[in-house]
This record gives sequence, structure tokens and C-alpha cells, in this order.
Amino acid sequence: MSILKIPTPLRSYTDGRAEVTVNGGTVASALSSLIEQHPALKPHLFNEQGELRAFVNLFLGEHNIKDLQGLDTPLSENDRLILIPSIAGG
Amino acid sequence: MTLPELSHEEILRYSRHLLIPEVGLEGQRKLKASSVLVIGTGGLGSPVALYLAAAGVGRIGLVDYDVVDSSNLQRQVIHGTSTIGKLKVESARAKLLDLNPDIQVDVYNEPYTSENAMRIASDYDLIIDGTDNFPTRYLTNDVAVFLGKPNIYGSIFRFDGQVSVFYAKEGPCYRCLFPEPPPPGLVPSCAEGGVLGVLPGTIGTIQATEALKVLLGIGTPLIGKLLLYNALDMSFDFVTLKKNPNCRVCGPNADIKELIDYEEFCGVPGHDHGEEGSAGEGLDITAGELAERLKTNHLKLLDVREPHELEISALPGAVNIPLGQLAARLSELDSAEEMVVFCKGGTRSARALELLASAGFKKVKNLKGGINAWAREVDRSLPVY
Repeated sequence: MSILKIPTPLRSYTDGRAEVTVNGGTVASALSSLIEQHPALKPHLFNEQGELRAFVNLFLGEHNIKDLQGLDTPLSENDRLILIPSIAGG
Repeated sequence: MTLPELSHEEILRYSRHLLIPEVGLEGQRKLKASSVLVIGTGGLGSPVALYLAAAGVGRIGLVDYDVVDSSNLQRQVIHGTSTIGKLKVESARAKLLDLNPDIQVDVYNEPYTSENAMRIASDYDLIIDGTDNFPTRYLTNDVAVFLGKPNIYGSIFRFDGQVSVFYAKEGPCYRCLFPEPPPPGLVPSCAEGGVLGVLPGTIGTIQATEALKVLLGIGTPLIGKLLLYNALDMSFDFVTLKKNPNCRVCGPNADIKELIDYEEFCGVPGHDHGEEGSAGEGLDITAGELAERLKTNHLKLLDVREPHELEISALPGAVNIPLGQLAARLSELDSAEEMVVFCKGGTRSARALELLASAGFKKVKNLKGGINAWAREVDRSLPVY
């Protein structure tokens, strides 16, 4: 099990939860676990083709999964994933 | 370059800086010789400009085209009640020169656009991104990359803030992290979604800190690092950012070599007023027209705001389905019925109209300017927020 940290713009889709516990041995399966628990998040993270949207940044610890093995990046117990939103307020 | 001398008055003013070995007399003279362009004099621009002026940055440029509104003052602390209705750049300049008359403040009372941005920014050592919308953020980034200047980035929403120093010469740029903007409407602006007033204070002062470090050449700036702050959790997370080899502006095979049309690129306008939202030609109804129609006809009113906003103002008889729930609750609506959709300012309702149109609703109109327009034009007993 890993912890996925949800930024405030997306918390309205996770019943206000700041962190969601997700299952799975890879980033892809962790995201499936997240969507299974909070289906309303899906259009915000994936496009119509089921690919992770280009503006969605997911970090494992302090590293962007794009700099690791992408969705195939393996996860260990208690890994911490952070979703980084695109925000523009100022 | 010979650094400017400090007068006795300046030495006294900056005494607490001069006592720090990392700044000292030479550092303070460096600051006096330096120039910073602050894009936006809003929530972020306010603390950034105030602290840079207080710190003795010799020349500060301010870009904004807006006027001070009372709804700004919950967070835009450079302005005041006495400057409501005045140009933001003038309101800000007066405050900065009161704080520190020894500096120079240049103002640009114009939108920051592809036409003027390179000309304005080329005259400064460093750029601060204190804008409130995606098009101006991509523009600010690209200008900084093309001119080879550091871009001190800060961004906020509700309780979340982000800070980084995007400096393509030494690390990644904004586009390396965000190659493309989110689709229009997916991320609400602060005018629609709100923001904790003190949040830009926290983020802006961190931007000012990074700016001073870069100007002084001290410490470790947030180059290749992104700070993620959450005020509710009081959490500070740092992540590592790498240069994206496929970056379209700073990568080895960059194909964007000059400024583009950023509003087109992002699909949204380069401002965040959140007012007078329109669904487009023939799809709007004004508050006055709606008032007339309601005298003779029954019209269904659909309020797509969040439930807590109904405590501020409401229209009698309106059905409330927040925009985020609309797609899942379409079965509660009758497509044969004539309907007017509204929100605070008309932006969310315009998106609701798109959603309804794609679901086959043809007899729907958007209340232009939202319930705020209704409060201004029809029912003055309602507050504008």
C-alpha cells in the first residue's frame, strides 16, 4: 500500500480527503486503485484515450515518474506519491 | 560594473542587512544596482514588490492594467481602501515609494502580451511571475527563456501554493514541468474558486526571498526544485525538477523560437476577473432580459454554484446542482423545459451550458455576468461578491 497526496483543487473529487491509501505494485495500478475509490477523479487525470493527461504531474517521493519508469514505475510498501496540479492563481 | 555608493541615510536604512555577512555593504550595493520586473500587482505581486522595495532593490517594474477593487483587499496588501478605483500600478507605486523613496519604480499600465513583453522585460535582471492566469504564465516563461533571465514562479489556489526558480540556463523552465496547460475550465481561477487571503503572502514572500538570493548570488535558489505548500496541512514538500529534453522552448530541439498567441494556446483569456462570463453569441441572457421574461413566463433557473455560495445570495425557485455534479445529475433535468443557468459571474454557467448542449439540451441560456449581474442590475438587495 502507498499513500497518494491529493492537492486541494482535486479534493472535491476525493470527498475532501488530503491523502488516499492506494494498492498496487506499480504507479499504474496505484492510479487504478485511486480511480476505483474516487471515480470522479478520472477525467481530471486521464484523457479520452486513457492516457495520463500531459499537465498531470505525479511524483514518487521527490522524483517525477516521467524521470523514472513512468506508469510502470514499481512501488514499495509505504511509498509516497504526490499529485502536482497545474494552478495559475496569483 | 562599478556598484553604486550608499548614502548615509541608506546605510542606516539597510543597517540590518549590512550586519549580515552574506549581504553586507557590497550585497546592498548590488541590490541597489539591480532591477526586477514584477508581472501583476495582485496577491503575489503585493508582498513581492513591498519586500523587494523595502530590501532596497534599486529599480522595480510593475506590470498591471487593472484598477483596485474592494474584493482585492482581502489579500492584495499593497493597495488600500483609499486607492479603490485607482490604477493598480499607480496605487502600488505610491505605496512602494512611501516605503522606500530611494528606489525607482517604473510602471506599465498595460496587459503583458506577446507584443510588449520582450521590450518591457529586456530592461530587467530578473522576472517575477505574479500573474493570475495560464496564458500570461506561459508568456512570462517563454520571455524569460528567450531573454536568458531567471523567472521566479509562484502560483496559488485556495490553500495550495507552488514556488520555483525557472532559469533555463541552469535548470528546467515552466514548460519542462507543464508542457501544456489544462483544458479550459478544468482548473478554476481564484475569482471562481477562491483563495485564502494570507496564502499569496506566504508564497509571495518566498518568491521575494528567492529573488534576493539570486540577485545577491547567495544560498541555494529553488532552481530544479519545486516547493509545494499546503496551508491546511501546513506542509512543505520539495520535489526535484529536471530539464525536459523534449521541452519546446528550452530543449535541444525546441521548435518554439518566438512568442506565440498564448490565449489561443491555453484556450482561455489572459485575465482572471471572473466577471461577465459569456457563453457566446446567442447563448446569453442579460439580467435585465431575464427579469422581463420572468414577469410573463415560467423559466427554470439552474444555479451551478457550490452550496455554500447560496448563503451569500440566491434566486428564489432556482435548483442548485454544482457544476462538478452536473454531468452525473442530468437525469434531474428536463431537456424540453426552457432553462437559464447561472453562477457567480457567468464562467461556470457557460461551461455548464457546453455540458448541457452536448447532452442534447437546446433550450438553455446563460445568465451573462451571473447572479452578481442580477444583484447589480435587478435586485440591489442582494450583495455582489
